[in-house]
Amino acid sequence: MADTILELDDINVYYGAIHALKGISLKVEQGEVVTLIGTNGAGKTTTLATICGLMRSKTGTLKYAGQDISKCATHRLVCDGLVMAPEGRGIFPNLTVGENMRIGAYACKDKVAIEKNLAHGYEVFPRLAERKRQKGGTLSGGEQQMLAIARSLMSQPKLLLLDEPSLGLAPLIVKTIFETIDRVNKDGVTILLVEQNANIALKHSDRAYVIESGEIAIEGKSADLLIDPRVKAAYLGES
Amino acid sequence: MRRSLATLLVALAICAGMNLFLAQFIEEYVVQVINMVGVSIILAVSLNVINGLTGQFSLGHAGFMAIGAYVSAFFTTDLSYFNPDTAEYVTDPALVSSVWGYLGALIAGGVAAAVAGVLVGIPTLRLKGDYLAIATLGFGEIVRILITNFEKVGGANGLSGVPQFQIVLSGEGKDALALDGTFFIFSFVIICVLLSAQLQRSTFGRALIAVRENELAAEVMGIPTVRMKIFAFVYGAFFAGIAGGLFAHLLQTVTPASFTFMKSVEVVVMLVLGGLGSMTGAIVGAIVLTVLPEALRDVEQEADLPGIRMVVYSLVLILLMIFRPQGIFGQRELSLRLLRRLVPGRRISGDETPKPSEDRKGTEL
Repeated sequence: MADTILELDDINVYYGAIHALKGISLKVEQGEVVTLIGTNGAGKTTTLATICGLMRSKTGTLKYAGQDISKCATHRLVCDGLVMAPEGRGIFPNLTVGENMRIGAYACKDKVAIEKNLAHGYEVFPRLAERKRQKGGTLSGGEQQMLAIARSLMSQPKLLLLDEPSLGLAPLIVKTIFETIDRVNKDGVTILLVEQNANIALKHSDRAYVIESGEIAIEGKSADLLIDPRVKAAYLGES
Repeated sequence: MRRSLATLLVALAICAGMNLFLAQFIEEYVVQVINMVGVSIILAVSLNVINGLTGQFSLGHAGFMAIGAYVSAFFTTDLSYFNPDTAEYVTDPALVSSVWGYLGALIAGGVAAAVAGVLVGIPTLRLKGDYLAIATLGFGEIVRILITNFEKVGGANGLSGVPQFQIVLSGEGKDALALDGTFFIFSFVIICVLLSAQLQRSTFGRALIAVRENELAAEVMGIPTVRMKIFAFVYGAFFAGIAGGLFAHLLQTVTPASFTFMKSVEVVVMLVLGGLGSMTGAIVGAIVLTVLPEALRDVEQEADLPGIRMVVYSLVLILLMIFRPQGIFGQRELSLRLLRRLVPGRRISGDETPKPSEDRKGTEL
């Protein structure tokens, strides 16, 4: 049995009076790709924001690598290998691709490791190497998403949180992005993936949680969920 | 490091040379305008770190400047004020009278402003955009009103008789060969510009830009965004304080009226004119907006149209905003590469080579 890298137990998050997460519990094992699927407003992004300390839970426990991180500052978690690639890619439009990449390594102080990671990043994403000197804002949507992923890898994460990597991208590009995610996972990074595109997310993950209005509705192996009639009806557009 | 030091020494030597040249051959009024340009450059370049690089819209620069001006003048000036207990005027002699004392007083002014920067920064940096602008504007006004009611430094009348300092090289009296205001002002201009350029190119500076471009993404990339914003405020406030001190000793008088909200706006306009986020732009903006009103003063006299100065001044700004809304430089910097790009028909060849020096500089700051 692999080690549990991330464990959420009874997480309750409020936006003012609105109860956004109602007792979420989930687990991510070392080396897995776990996906969190659900509709708009179900609480997927809030869950990720809570994990990396941008939102605070009122109750429950939040453990990363066995440590309680419910009070950790976001930027500190990066040093411990918990990194998020935010929704909408969040690249820095007026910095060049290379500068964006280096910002990703901001938490890392080891110069040699930075250069090594940079070289590795450019190897995985040759497209970015070609555009090193270009401003981030001039990249296409797909390239920006690649940059967002490559940039988060710069700090050598153990657990990577990806928020909707397929958002607003053409199907062909989405396919490439997910192939990249597979490859990153093979390199040893555990991934928690939030997606609206349930079909592709389930095909590229080991386990999945379905979140509905702030609660975990269904959980199981991704392969099982793909044929689960409830999931099929609600998320895969089949009856 | 050694190279930076050498650059600094050469620059200081040039300042000294410029000072002697100006004092010898140029009329006093023009020298005064040039000195004001120097003060404006420090203000604009330091505000650029807050507003341009870090993207925190501050309208409180006059407040920081006022703190620097009053704190430094407090040390160097004989303070005479009315003592209500004994019902007579008293004079406290100046605390410092040497050139080193003057430098110390300037630094003290900068540090006081920087401390104010922290105090303002911590509560107000939760605010964003317009709200931050309003809060910093409020800060500037509070500083001004406090000073107006502080009798020891002259209250609303201000403080007069602020001394000027000089380093006498040779000779005595009026014919002495000496370094004065110009040297002090432009030395700080050089320090401020070199330091800010270094900052901008460093990894730390990139992180400041990252906060401007996308605060959330910066935070999840491991950048302590709150600390970065406070740093920007402290850095900007420190140099605004220095500029205030230089300003006080240049005009030899400080009044609260010099540090109204309009002064803050003036500095912001310099940035916007030059291009928000570009240090070259900030410098150019500072030069243009300090020289222009003075140059137009002559036009006013010759054309016998009193008041036309402000009309032309506004017109220039309006035209610029229509035809170049991003400012003269946009976010670009004046660099060899930009110059090369301006030469038609030449491809930039060295574009792909990484500049390793950039990264090394990162840790020095």
